[in-house]
Amino acid sequence: MSIGINVQTQGEIMFVTLTGELDQMTTDQVKLRLMTAMLAHGIKHIVFNLKGLAFMDSSGIGMMLGRYNQVKALGGKVFIIGMNPTISKVFHLSGLHQVMTVIDDEKQMMRVLEEAI
Amino acid sequence: MKNEVQVTFPALIENASLARLMVMGVLTPLDVDTQQLTEIKTVVSEAMTNAIIHGYEGNPHGLIELKIELEDDRLAVMIKDNGVGIDDVEQAKQPLFTTKEEEERSGLGFMIMESFTDEFHVDSAPGVGTTVTFERKMVSK
Ligand SMILES: Nc1ncnc2c1ncn2[C@@H]1O[C@H](COP(=O)(O)OP(=O)(O)OP(=O)(O)O)[C@@H](O)[C@H]1O
Ligand SMILES: [Mg+2]
Repeated sequence: MSIGINVQTQGEIMFVTLTGELDQMTTDQVKLRLMTAMLAHGIKHIVFNLKGLAFMDSSGIGMMLGRYNQVKALGGKVFIIGMNPTISKVFHLSGLHQVMTVIDDEKQMMRVLEEAI
Repeated sequence: MKNEVQVTFPALIENASLARLMVMGVLTPLDVDTQQLTEIKTVVSEAMTNAIIHGYEGNPHGLIELKIELEDDRLAVMIKDNGVGIDDVEQAKQPLFTTKEEEERSGLGFMIMESFTDEFHVDSAPGVGTTVTFERKMVSK
C-alpha cells in the first residue's frame, strides 16, 4: 500500500490530508511534497489530517516533527487531527502533545486554529 | 494451539510492511480488537525499520530474521539483524534519543516497542548485530 497526499493552502496555513500508510517507505515522498508546497506558498502553519491513514509509525512522527522544526523558526505551529489511539498514546508518553497541537474533534478545528494562530 | 513461523528478509524497506502483514496473519485466529493489532503492527514496524536503516544502514544485502510464535493467546516475536549493532543499549532506549537526527528521526522506536509489549528485550553488540524479542498476551473480545 502506498500513500495519498492532498495539500491545500489558505494564506499562511497548509492543510495536509494523508491516506494509506505513513512509514519509512513513504515519508520521504510526503516530506518532498510538503517542502515544495511550503516554499511556493510561504507557509507558516500546518494542519495534518491523519483520519484516513491505515497505518503510521515513528517515521511519520519524525516527518511531522521535521516540518514543525521548519515552521517553528517562523513562529508557526503544527496541528494534528485524527490521530489513531496508538500514536496518541505515543504523543502523550513522549510529551510531543505539548509540541504539536492535537485536535481530537474535527469540528473544533476552526475554533482551535483561530485561538492558536 | 501453537503456530510458529520463520522468515528471512533482505533489508529492503518494503519488507517492513510485509513483516507487519505476516504478524497480522498469524494473529488472524484470535478475536482481538484493532487497538491491540495496531499496537503490535507498530512494534513490528519499529523493529524492522531499525534493522533496515540503522542495522544495515540501507544495505539491501543484509538479512533480517523474523520469528513469530503464537501459543494460545501469547504472541512472541524475534527480529534479528547481523548489522552494525548498538554501543549503548540503555542510551538507545531513552525516549527521543536518536543517532540520525539529521534524517528527521524522532527517537521513539524503542519507547514504542517497550510501551506496547509485556516483555521486551534488546540484545546487541557492535559489529555483531541486534536482536529484538518481545512478548504480548493478546486479550480476546
Ligand atoms: N537494529 C539496530 N541496529 C543498530 N542500531 C540501532 C538498531 N536499532 C536501534 N538502533 C540505534 O538506537 C537508536 C534509537 O532507536 P529508536 O528506534 O528508538 O529511534 P530512531 O530509530 O533513531 O528514531 P525513530 O524510531 O523514532 O524513527 C537509533 O538512533 C540507532 O542509533
Ligand atoms: Mg527507530
